[in-house]
Amino acid sequence: MADQADSKTDAKAATWPKAEDRRLLGQRISRLDGPAKASGRAKYTYDIKPPGMLWGKMLRCPHAHARLTALDVAPAQGMPGVKAVMAVQKPGAEIQWSFDEIAAVAATSEALAEAALKAIKVEYEVLPHFVTEEKLAAAPQVNPGKEETEGDAAGALAAAEVKIKGSYFAAPVAHNCMEAHGQICHWTEPDHLTAWCSTQAVSGAASQFAEGLGIPAANVRVIADYVGGGFGSKFNVDRWGIVCAQLAKLANAPVKIMLDRHSELAVAGDRPSAFAEIEVGAKKDGTLTAWTSKSWGSGGPGGAGNPPLPYVFQIPNRKHQHSAVPTHRASSRAWRAPNHPQAAFLTMSALDDLAAALGMNPYDVVAQNLSITGRLEKIYREELEIADQLMGFRQRWHPRGDATKGPIKRGLGMSLHTWGGRGHRSNCEVTIHPDATAEAKISSQDIGTGTRTVIAVVLADSLGLPLDAVQVRIGDSRYPASSASGGSTTVGGVSSATRRAALAALDQVFAKAAPELKAQPEELEAAEGKIRVKAAPDRSLTWKQAMALFGRSPVTATGANPGAGNLTDSGVGGVQMADVTVDVETGILKIQKMVAVQDCGLIVDLKTAESQVYGSLIMGISTALAEEKVIDPVTGMTLNHDFETYKMAGFGDIGELVVRMMTGPGYDERGVIGVGEPPMVSPLAAIANAAANAIGVRVPWAPLTPRRVLDALSTKGVA
Amino acid sequence: MHPIEYASPNTREQAVKLLGTDPAAAAPFAGGSDLLGLMKDGVETPKRLVSLKGIAGLTGVRSESGGLRIGALTVLDDLAADAALGFEYPAVTAAAGRLAGPQIRNVATLGGNLLQRPRCWYYRNGFGLLALRDGKSMVVDGDYRYHAILGNEGPAYFVSPSTLAPVLVAVGAQAVLFGPQGERRIELEKLYRIPKQPGEREHDLRPGEILTEVHLPPAAGRKVASYEVRQRTSLDWSLATASVALEMLPDGKVTQARVVLGQVAPMPWVALAAAEVLKGKQIDVALATQAGEAAVHSAVALEKNRYKIQLAKTAVKRALIAAAGIIEDE
Repeated sequence: MADQADSKTDAKAATWPKAEDRRLLGQRISRLDGPAKASGRAKYTYDIKPPGMLWGKMLRCPHAHARLTALDVAPAQGMPGVKAVMAVQKPGAEIQWSFDEIAAVAATSEALAEAALKAIKVEYEVLPHFVTEEKLAAAPQVNPGKEETEGDAAGALAAAEVKIKGSYFAAPVAHNCMEAHGQICHWTEPDHLTAWCSTQAVSGAASQFAEGLGIPAANVRVIADYVGGGFGSKFNVDRWGIVCAQLAKLANAPVKIMLDRHSELAVAGDRPSAFAEIEVGAKKDGTLTAWTSKSWGSGGPGGAGNPPLPYVFQIPNRKHQHSAVPTHRASSRAWRAPNHPQAAFLTMSALDDLAAALGMNPYDVVAQNLSITGRLEKIYREELEIADQLMGFRQRWHPRGDATKGPIKRGLGMSLHTWGGRGHRSNCEVTIHPDATAEAKISSQDIGTGTRTVIAVVLADSLGLPLDAVQVRIGDSRYPASSASGGSTTVGGVSSATRRAALAALDQVFAKAAPELKAQPEELEAAEGKIRVKAAPDRSLTWKQAMALFGRSPVTATGANPGAGNLTDSGVGGVQMADVTVDVETGILKIQKMVAVQDCGLIVDLKTAESQVYGSLIMGISTALAEEKVIDPVTGMTLNHDFETYKMAGFGDIGELVVRMMTGPGYDERGVIGVGEPPMVSPLAAIANAAANAIGVRVPWAPLTPRRVLDALSTKGVA
Repeated sequence: MHPIEYASPNTREQAVKLLGTDPAAAAPFAGGSDLLGLMKDGVETPKRLVSLKGIAGLTGVRSESGGLRIGALTVLDDLAADAALGFEYPAVTAAAGRLAGPQIRNVATLGGNLLQRPRCWYYRNGFGLLALRDGKSMVVDGDYRYHAILGNEGPAYFVSPSTLAPVLVAVGAQAVLFGPQGERRIELEKLYRIPKQPGEREHDLRPGEILTEVHLPPAAGRKVASYEVRQRTSLDWSLATASVALEMLPDGKVTQARVVLGQVAPMPWVALAAAEVLKGKQIDVALATQAGEAAVHSAVALEKNRYKIQLAKTAVKRALIAAAGIIEDE
């Protein structure tokens, strides 16, 4: 009987509390680790320094394409302070990108490690390289993808009442995490490794270390208390992670390898470039009828991801084909909403150009075609109206080309986006102590998004305890497994697992408390620090009284995602608008205002959710104005490998940012959905469209630097 | 970074002696905001740093009947805040207060700003000031989006990075140098040159010589203004700048003009043709535009840096409009 009761409990579909029962959920709650981070008490991987730690450094190849013909690491052995030296690649290896790892050393100081690297003897046979994929015809290799078709694109295009043809280009951009990639590896026993690792995947990193080092995964412990950003670039332990552990083994001492900024920008990944030639056709009233696109791009030797074109709008007659162009630069990595920012830029630029050809406000063209956006149609429609109110888009919009006298032209632009964001696989263990404090353990990392805080909010809200009565333990592979933080899946995963674990713990408490309160367990609730009868809140036990029923033992329970009940969902919509000025004599683009209206289902913490949108706007503005990885045609190296030459927007460049989260009926009941990536998709597209509206010609290149703006003005927007 | 010797002399004479005659072996050290970065990147490898900070009398602004004397070790924040300089040449204090960011302005010195090395990314990546490989310029075949459009016959294609040099050259500043042969004073303009072969530098400092002072003549009613085209609002290098100094009659007619461009040539670029356009005329938008055209008349650019011609032209126009105090829309 007891077993049956338990399995019944386990299968009970979990739900989120109704709006009137939420006490912390959806409030604006400051992140719990804010003070620790602001004061420096928070220790990031970079800050960890176990006793006797050595500094690891790597010798890197200066050529973009070469054969390693000779490598002799012996001269570095025995140099002052040098404790370990190893070859990373063998003679004969073909190097495919500049700054690839060749050899490694560990020494008692960074300077001694660098001196040892200089002593290593290495020879290369330099081979020809290709890094200029914008010139598709010059590419030695192009890997065409399969053609995606729906309906009769060619026929519909020929029959279209209005059509445009355009070419659009987006440069590769870097992740630029505040904390570079790296780890400290410490062998606690000959086959037991502890690694402090700046990672987006604590659970996954343990297995990767085990596999790379040939030791049982159970012997690896990965710790990441605080992570200084990931943005998609930190899913793998990477070659430098394995080498770090190998150096530590050789030296019999802990070793730290953190990439310097130069290496970070050269080899630690980027967002692939994207180029497209697009034709769009429509009826005179703006109804979209036809689309064809031919796109290409590069993300290193393997080519690049295929931007989903056309984006958001499932134009009835369409054809798309993407080609990957291999280049001799380090492989791209997932970059905050992989392929979507490029897809939005390419699509929304073409649709904005079409609106100009139609003589229509792009707002009306978008509104006219929402019926082909699928299940998000209603969300987009609601968001469009709110965005319009916040920006005054329809009221302030003018046809392309600001006719105001003088060189400063002002314009408005907009874009739409979507993303998945369903909660990932995650496990949580909740413990409620006799003193009525509770803790949640999840191996999940907090890559700066506020994961620690949302777990605390869910736990405290579920147990009816104040926030300061709960502790969150994350960032350790010894805690229950949780998936990587990618695809905006973390908040849905950890909050669902935590909710289920908390409800399972409550079931135990309610079962014990019910007889005391002369009620059935299902008649009870945990609220305001009490276990009480829902219908008669006066009949209650304090949490301490309830816990006393368990003697001196804590109550523990686990929860998992996925599980019974719908706590998370997939598919969010967002609308963004940009108001910019462009100086047509200097090409300087300034952001006046950005509006972002975003849906992400049920919001756990309004403040951290909004922060994700603000951060996305800033990062997106930065990619629109300035960000671009410059690969040297002559050497194949990354020329701008520091924050002086890799330009990013500063506080003076971002303008006024207005963020509105969609909440309430129609949104909350979908459950928790991730929001780290979706708002990153539209800024570039909205800004590029605003620039075209301001100056009267399309700037087809991203970023929209003074050079690109002036070039577009002098060629009337023809790329 | 390799081990270095750090010398801290307290006289100019000692400093010069410690610097010796090989500029690659010993480097003068002031704020260090440029030099330390170059050393960390292995681009410059001096074995000895000779600090100039212990030498008395190298900081501050002093007013004299003949103008202003500014110590080469005056940090940029002090320069920006100096009342006497601000009264005489507000365009100079404004330029100093705008450049880089607060941290840099707190340590970087006037001398360092005038003598900092070019930002050319080939030079900064260790390919040498002229970035020659097998006798060929890497710049021309590479990415030259920030490179020179004037004075770019080669092999030098970098641009002079100083934000203060153009405005100081425009007002006729003089540089006071101290070396093994004692003190000499030259026009600041003459401190700069375009290197023609490997081993040559972008300035005329002789071995062992240091910059000790900059002298500014009295403004004497001249109208001085600068315009900077900068992509980001802070912590960014200008893409082009123009500084102008105008002597005008009461009726607004220009009797003397100096127009100096920055970030467009391997040295601060004195645009004589632009000055010629202005002479004897009253400045209006049309004349300012014409002077801008004249300033870039001899510019040579390729695809990637063509936009800089437009930027330089606009900078000249806007600096002239600001100096003459007219409003463009009128």
